[in-house]
Amino acid sequence: MSNETNINKRELVISIQDLYKSFGDNHVLRGATLDVYKRENVVVLGRSGTGKSVLIKIICGLLKPDNGIVNVLGKEVDKLDNDELRELRLKIGFSFQNSALYDSMTVRENLAFPLVRNLRKLSQRQVSDAIESVLNDVGLSQTIDQMPSELSGGQRKRIGIARTLILHPEIMLYDEPTAGLDPITCTEINKLINLVREKFHTTSIIITHDLTCAKETGDRIAMMIDGKFLKQGKFEEVFQDHDEQIQNFYNYNFIK
Amino acid sequence: MKIKKSRKYFITKRFDNFFLNLYSPFQFISRFFREVFKPPYEFKEIIRQCYEVGYKSLALITLTGFVTGLVFTKQSRPSLSEFGASSWLPSLVAIAIIRALAPLVTALITAGKVGSNIGAELGSMKVSEQIDAMEVSAVNPFKFLVVSRVIATTLMVPMLMCYTGAVAMLGAYLNVHQNEMTSFISFFQQAFDKISFLDIFSSLIKSIVYGFTIGIVGCYQGYNAAQGTQGVGKAANASVVISMFLIFVEEILIVQITNSIR
Repeated sequence: MSNETNINKRELVISIQDLYKSFGDNHVLRGATLDVYKRENVVVLGRSGTGKSVLIKIICGLLKPDNGIVNVLGKEVDKLDNDELRELRLKIGFSFQNSALYDSMTVRENLAFPLVRNLRKLSQRQVSDAIESVLNDVGLSQTIDQMPSELSGGQRKRIGIARTLILHPEIMLYDEPTAGLDPITCTEINKLINLVREKFHTTSIIITHDLTCAKETGDRIAMMIDGKFLKQGKFEEVFQDHDEQIQNFYNYNFIK
Repeated sequence: MKIKKSRKYFITKRFDNFFLNLYSPFQFISRFFREVFKPPYEFKEIIRQCYEVGYKSLALITLTGFVTGLVFTKQSRPSLSEFGASSWLPSLVAIAIIRALAPLVTALITAGKVGSNIGAELGSMKVSEQIDAMEVSAVNPFKFLVVSRVIATTLMVPMLMCYTGAVAMLGAYLNVHQNEMTSFISFFQQAFDKISFLDIFSSLIKSIVYGFTIGIVGCYQGYNAAQGTQGVGKAANASVVISMFLIFVEEILIVQITNSIR
């Protein structure tokens, strides 16, 4: 009870109410509701195709909802004009599932790209310092002059995260951060997600179907089934639920 | 209860999609004109794209232009000689090259080389979420990717057209010189005797229009690519086919307008 009271006192950063989104006849989100508080890591768990990625794309304004309210840092995303949306996006970091690094640019250019275009008054020296600092944070200083094609899957993920961190976002959205990686690299990425929260004081939504990632990074789990959140709470609380769909999801994963 | 109902079509799905497909390019073009004058300007990227479009096409354009001038002269000689009019060859070749061949050949080569490249590059950026990544990092991808490329093709195709014309005339001269021992100065004096300001001006306008077409079609196809790698292939292919088709349509229209002025 006291824990609940504490959480209610905390600042609400993302508030999603009764969210609906369809693509043609495919109804992806069917009334999703979720609150995320400051400096909280919320893991959205669910099977593929349940609307997890659609949810975070709506949060950062890449997609528009059919119904419902998405409030981020006190602003209703759907109602913002282009300039307001740009302002908001400066405060949101988005780590893509496939990293989405710019193929034709080196790691240095990838990291400089959002920085020089958003903070045009920065000197060359300041840009270089920011790049070096953020590369140190993700532990990949040696890759600064490499092309994305020369990096491993885990390195690409880290550089993708570094590219979002260079703008010092208040919110981090991770889309399947451990997908397609070996278990050791997954653990490294999980540690990086926690480090980002500690160092950059971010509030995060982590989309995954990897239970290890959920357990290691999440303060709270939100279980998404058929486009809505069936259960929210701590990892153990969620999977103590006797709901058949939640138990199926747990049992088919490698953690028992 | 709040789930969006299946979309009702105004006429039929096919008709609706047809009209939507017509409307969407116009929306894209109007966005280009809105963004092109709005700061910040991506000068560095425009210069890089000009280099990609212009300088990197030079070798192909040189070869094609030279062969066009040479072959056209070679093919025209027998017909003119039959009427004892082989002395008109330089004028005929110059009119053909400057009015039609140089702009058309340049545009078609650029559509094949640059248009497909733009379609494939932007298409692959779209399907690998690189365009979304720009958008979420508060950078305007349209300005960086589309505006810079369309400006580059619009500026570079007229320049390449001038270069193609010069190289084609050189090819024509070499053939004439080989057969009639005409001097360089005499050839070009005869060649430009029949060329008016309107000929050069209309060719420049044509190539500006062709350049814009190649850029905007390539960008539109790439920017709207879907369905993974298959979509990238489709975007590259459609960029070439549609821009070539539009170039011929524009050629007919501009020739009609120029002839009515002449």
